[in-house]
Amino acid sequence: MSNPQSRTSYLSANQRMLLTTLEGVPGKEVLEHYGIVQGSTVRAKNVGKDLLAGLKNIVGGELKGYTELLQEARHEATERMVQQAEQLGANAIVNVRFATSSVAQGAAELYVYGTAVKVM
Amino acid sequence: MGDLIVVLILLAIGYGFGSYAERQHYKSIREREKATLHVPIMTFGAKQSLPPAKETALFVGSVVVASDYFKTFALALRNLVGGRVLSYESLLDRGRREALLRMKEEAIAWGATELANVRINTSSLSQGGQGMISIEVIAYGTGIR
Repeated sequence: MSNPQSRTSYLSANQRMLLTTLEGVPGKEVLEHYGIVQGSTVRAKNVGKDLLAGLKNIVGGELKGYTELLQEARHEATERMVQQAEQLGANAIVNVRFATSSVAQGAAELYVYGTAVKVM
Repeated sequence: MGDLIVVLILLAIGYGFGSYAERQHYKSIREREKATLHVPIMTFGAKQSLPPAKETALFVGSVVVASDYFKTFALALRNLVGGRVLSYESLLDRGRREALLRMKEEAIAWGATELANVRINTSSLSQGGQGMISIEVIAYGTGIR
């Protein structure tokens, strides 16, 4: 399986805002807390992709269309979270967590949250 | 009679292509795991002191895997008697290892020496619907260099 990831790299978001799953940023000190920031997006699969996925379900394996769709959606959610943190004047988001829940048949919510902080 | 033949053909295709793809995938997973062994993955990090680092960044790897016709059929049979569903254990195992590898490979390309506080999430996209079973696995963590 090839990696369809490069296009949706998180590095561009990383350059504007330090994102980490740790509770602090290694080598830096947390000066201020701004509280929780979050981003979410709800996506539905489209019919074309669903049809292809239906065919793919006979032979199994990775559903590349879905993988990419969800990656893009998660990226958008992250982008929203970063924007929210920028408005607060933060320069890092710590303890970032992702969550996915399917809200209805064929639609999924992608949710990302973390704590906005200022580090030095 | 015609329906039965179609089902049998689909089962044969599902089993043939599905197990071939699974073998190929496992081969690729094993090779890539060996190639990326030098970068440790840790699930701790939040409350431990970390080695000095110049830079950190978030890395995410995700994959959507679907069962083949044979596996779906095997599950339907399994549902009657209960017990372990071996064919799905391997499907989830593949998905999880693939997601971890994607995260790791991206981190290595960036120059990471380790990945801290890695989390893995699994969610079903099919929500108990008939037939279609697709599962998304996401792995994310902080790369340190």
